[in-house]
Amino acid sequence: MTTNGAGGIWVVAEQVAGRINSVSYELLNKAQQLKNQIQKPEPVVAVILGKGAEGLEQLSNYGAEEIITVFAEELEIYQNDLYVAVLQALIEEKKPSIVLIGATAIGQDLAPMLGARLKTGVAAHCVDVRINENNQMVAVVPAFGGKVLGDILCPNTSPQMATLKPGVLGKPVPLEKPAAVVTAFDPSAVLQEDQGRIKALEIVREEQTGVPLEEAEVIVAGGWGIGSRENWDLVEELARLLGGAVGCTRPVVDEQWVQSEQQMIGTSGKSVRPKVYLAFGISGATHHLCGMKDSGLVISVNKDATAPIFEASDVRIVGDARTILTALIKRIKG
Amino acid sequence: MSLNITVCIKPVPDPDYYDKITIDPVKKTITRAGIPTIINPVDKNAVEAALQVKEKLGGKVVVITMAPPNAEENLRELLAMGADEAVLLTDRAFAGADTLATSYALAAGLKKSGPFDLVFTGTESADGATSQVPAQLAEWLDIPHLWNVQEFEVEDHTLKAKMSMENGYINYLVQMPALLAVKRSINKPRYTTVMGVMKAKKKPLTVLTAADLDVEPERLGLQGSPTKAGDIFTPSLARKGQQLTGETEEIVEQLIQVLRGAGLNLESLNVNEAGRE
Repeated sequence: MTTNGAGGIWVVAEQVAGRINSVSYELLNKAQQLKNQIQKPEPVVAVILGKGAEGLEQLSNYGAEEIITVFAEELEIYQNDLYVAVLQALIEEKKPSIVLIGATAIGQDLAPMLGARLKTGVAAHCVDVRINENNQMVAVVPAFGGKVLGDILCPNTSPQMATLKPGVLGKPVPLEKPAAVVTAFDPSAVLQEDQGRIKALEIVREEQTGVPLEEAEVIVAGGWGIGSRENWDLVEELARLLGGAVGCTRPVVDEQWVQSEQQMIGTSGKSVRPKVYLAFGISGATHHLCGMKDSGLVISVNKDATAPIFEASDVRIVGDARTILTALIKRIKG
Repeated sequence: MSLNITVCIKPVPDPDYYDKITIDPVKKTITRAGIPTIINPVDKNAVEAALQVKEKLGGKVVVITMAPPNAEENLRELLAMGADEAVLLTDRAFAGADTLATSYALAAGLKKSGPFDLVFTGTESADGATSQVPAQLAEWLDIPHLWNVQEFEVEDHTLKAKMSMENGYINYLVQMPALLAVKRSINKPRYTTVMGVMKAKKKPLTVLTAADLDVEPERLGLQGSPTKAGDIFTPSLARKGQQLTGETEEIVEQLIQVLRGAGLNLESLNVNEAGRE
């Protein structure tokens, strides 16, 4: 699309099994900020696809002035061919100037596909977006594991699209504003054209154990320096004692010391910002640091005094992770 | 059943050296001198997935990349791993491409290099990590795709596949031809053998330029890229740190004070004040 839209700042809200993903609220907060920076303010619109969703008023609370619901039996489970066809139809009709999507598994699939259909640019897994003096959206995109940040613009095509990583914008805050206008979009014409290339069979939710990383005030994280699956129990035990969540780096996932790669922190894992971050046996590769740099107090333990993690830490302990963990656990237990 | 399988790969600067990357303050370009170029790690999982399908059902595995001429070396490595043929798309006209222009050129290269039933990619590259090329490539090829695939089976001309997502997964049926972007946990890439290296020398490696492809030149490279790069910078992560020193017990005691100072209520966690000496 090459026409300049004026139809709003859109957030594609994500629902899984009828529950809205909190990244949607983070994006709505950000959309309101963009609205304040733009020369001619445009409405903030949330679009939600599914069979239905609980708590639509939450979208309103966090910044949506309009909500477009697209509810149909066929849209219950994410299916990229159907979702992209519906969004393409909506965007071509209403011509938003900006479309923001969460960089979740679903969003990271949907956004580039939509960009290709609309022949427009998508800035991927951004850490921030803003409006510049030319009234264009500037997306801040990490590269090389977060070592480099670059500004990405989409000056000649519309809409300007970006995906933003969950957690990077901080905890969303409810806004005091009037309730959103809700309109329903009937997708039946679009759905009829589906060629049936992909069929979603079922969605399976895995039980989460312990405190989720995104919500934890304390994170105890471990890396390669933990040394073994047996030693890893110490990381888990300290997290339990401190009421915190367990985080890890890529080698820990590869070694299968943790059950789920959902515990990985970094550019290709989670972005976290706990009050206290304890790093044991983590050297501090760039892609890991990028995921934990917004933490409050960072305490790190590593036997290599030159490990990059120390540069990014408030409290540094040069020592063996296992020894310190064992002594700290013993001390806390009393 | 004999399948034509194509795997898209990308040579990237070795992620282990990303802390060595700097920005030229005047030219505003990225300096990566001395950092070795390797095959993007998850792309080897994509090649492994392709080889396993071939071993089970028969067929041919072609690896393809859009890269500078020296990527021949990376392609030879994958021929040694077991791929049958390699295609290198290389031309100055491809330079400066964003994901849309990259996937456009790759799609043209795929169409040129023969029929395909299955296309594999990794989920993302280590350097740019946009994860956008797989979906956009499938769009240019007008075939269905799944991203973040953790498991799949080929049955007749249908795929049964699992897309991994936060705290769960979705099962799909996909009609072939199709593209699957696989994640690292899907398999363990095999090692290259000496025999493999010997055989690789005789396997075909075709170099194609823009002139060899059926493309609209304005869709290639910088010109074909809807996104434009602005300023670049390296964020500072440095903190003013304090080091805790002493015997282990002394360090732990200081650490307890630090944790208390940060507002952690250790009392409720059985820290026994009386037992401190």
